[in-house]
Amino acid sequence: MNPIIWLIPVLPLLSFVLLLLFGRRLKEASAVVGSLLTLGSLILSVVVFMGQWGGASVKQTAEWLAIGDTVLTVGYEINPLNALMLVIVSFVSFLIQVYSKGYMHDDDRFPVFFAYLGLFTFAMLGLVISPNLLQLYIFWELVGVGSFLLIGYYFYKSEAREAAKKAFIMTRIGDVGLFIGIILLFWQVGSFELDAIFDAVTAGDISQGWITLTAILIFVGAIGKSGQFPLHTWLPDAMEGPTPVSALIHAATMVAAGVYLVAAMFPLFEASEAALTTVAVVGGFTAIFAATIGLAQADIKRVLAYSTVSQLGYMMLALGSSGYVAGIFHLTTHAFFKALLFLAAGSVIHAVHTQNIHEMGGLWKKMKWTAPLFLIGAMAISGVPLLSGFFSKDEILAATYADGRFGLFWIAVIATFLTAFYMFRLFFLVFTGESQGKVKKVQESPGVMVFPMVVLGILAVIAGYINTPVTPILDDYLAQNPYLEIHHHESYWWIPIVATVVSLFGIFMAWLVYAKKKVKRLSEASPDFHFILLNKYFIDETYDYSFVKGTRGFSYFWYYIDRFVVEGVIQLVTGAVGWISKTSSKAHNGQVQLYGSVAFAGMAVLLLIVAWLGGYLT
Amino acid sequence: MSSVPLSVYLVLALILFCIGLFGALTKRNAVIVLISIELMLNAVNINLIAFAKYGINPSITGQIFSLFTITVAAAEAAVGLAILIALYRNRKTVNVDEMDIMKR
Repeated sequence: MNPIIWLIPVLPLLSFVLLLLFGRRLKEASAVVGSLLTLGSLILSVVVFMGQWGGASVKQTAEWLAIGDTVLTVGYEINPLNALMLVIVSFVSFLIQVYSKGYMHDDDRFPVFFAYLGLFTFAMLGLVISPNLLQLYIFWELVGVGSFLLIGYYFYKSEAREAAKKAFIMTRIGDVGLFIGIILLFWQVGSFELDAIFDAVTAGDISQGWITLTAILIFVGAIGKSGQFPLHTWLPDAMEGPTPVSALIHAATMVAAGVYLVAAMFPLFEASEAALTTVAVVGGFTAIFAATIGLAQADIKRVLAYSTVSQLGYMMLALGSSGYVAGIFHLTTHAFFKALLFLAAGSVIHAVHTQNIHEMGGLWKKMKWTAPLFLIGAMAISGVPLLSGFFSKDEILAATYADGRFGLFWIAVIATFLTAFYMFRLFFLVFTGESQGKVKKVQESPGVMVFPMVVLGILAVIAGYINTPVTPILDDYLAQNPYLEIHHHESYWWIPIVATVVSLFGIFMAWLVYAKKKVKRLSEASPDFHFILLNKYFIDETYDYSFVKGTRGFSYFWYYIDRFVVEGVIQLVTGAVGWISKTSSKAHNGQVQLYGSVAFAGMAVLLLIVAWLGGYLT
Repeated sequence: MSSVPLSVYLVLALILFCIGLFGALTKRNAVIVLISIELMLNAVNINLIAFAKYGINPSITGQIFSLFTITVAAAEAAVGLAILIALYRNRKTVNVDEMDIMKR
């Protein structure tokens, strides 16, 4: 199976190139080209994934650069973790390309959209199979480029432009951390190869302080990409992109790259208690922080965006609590149900042409497919028993509890309640109650859009069964990694019960408030708090006044220094030279007599100098 | 024969040369400029003759050399005047100030 692995990322790249070259001629057919090539990647990924059951990990590298004794390599590595990621990425990417054929059908730049999707899928798959940090970093940035292009797809809207820039800059802040981390690791280990780094860590070649520092710097990169606090603000704004993009990049795959990075570098993190604590605390805080903001947002996609931030926080919390499997498990299930939720939201937006949930309502009867599918997604993310989110969330709670972080455990439980509450607030406002009158004709989306949702809906239900306490398939599968020590904590019988009760209570509360209207809404019960939530804790404003304005003031200061001091000096110099040349050019008047006079005067001066130096004058 | 010291000849030559130089550099009329150049050449001739008689190694060479110089000066004056006449035919002027095509 070796020769085909490199084809997995190359096929989407091929789609990108083909659509760039022939997109104008292919028009609507470009969706078919893109989908088929991604389907090719998916099939290959599944083959590779199958080969990983009990199979050893595969690594193939070729020399890229030799600098002195150091050899930089490129290549690919397949281990249980990234084989799973390959399947998730290519699978979601394929479904979303199918969906986009319906969603984007009347768009002018239809082929370009699919070309960008191809580029992004290429970058993401390349990121996943990178065997060394340098290659990973290159793809990491390429993924950022794909995200930038797709957020700014509606570039004629100024919000989309701003959001694209914001996403690029905010993630870049994290990338700098990652880059410094990579450089420091290279300095300490002398290699970019992941296994060389892990060997050095296990052998104790790196001091504890360095491990902690580099792990935290790498985590900074993950914070940026995965939208963790305090670099989360770009992710909700990224919803300005087309909805399929939000589903693919900003829910299922790219934002999970941060979680993947921490998971891939897990042996490094595991060697440092401080780094794990950082990951857990940031994750736990983000989980509850974003969940509260999700309570008050009015834009259907923004609620889902904050939900994504919150769920990514859960994954980080799991990883930080040594719950490696729990984190990956939740990443997998989340990819399915969150992509489903976004696609369903896209279907709703497609039908009603608004994103404001207060203008929707009563869509349950009008959208026979979308509504139940959205309900499945909402139930899965809320942790309703026997759906996928239930199992993965229990794993996370159990891992956190087993790790002895009781504070974070209770925060996660509260976040579970909030998750259930805001998801069903969304559900009740959009699908039940009265139609708000503004939207009259509502049509169910075409089959090409419903089909991916159905597939994802099925997975959102059953994906949880890959790792129940009874059938720990994923557990055994991931435990094949030789560098990992999977912690098997005892299972706590009461945690699923607590989680279930809490999430059902959340759903019940949402029903009381938004369907029955028995309890006052938050905006009436506590207007001040609602105002704060509506404005997302004023984080954007804080950044604007501190970093943006501060940087701008600082820049202006140096701008004026440059303008008047530096350029002043330069003007002086150029002015002086100009004056000298202008004056001396007057002597160039073409008259022999003046030239003769000057030559004579020059000779006289020379003679004087010679005479003076020779001592004839004294 | 009262002996006149060398320095007197040299001062005479110097004065002649300076007058010639001054004329060559300041006069507007090209004919006068040519005459001034002749003056400078003759100052040189006086130097040559003076050194031929009173120099450290007196010899006949200096006098012969000055004969050559006079010959060359005559040829130069002839060529110079020819150029001047050609110039006058073209430009209708012998004013040195107006001859500034070197600038272009």
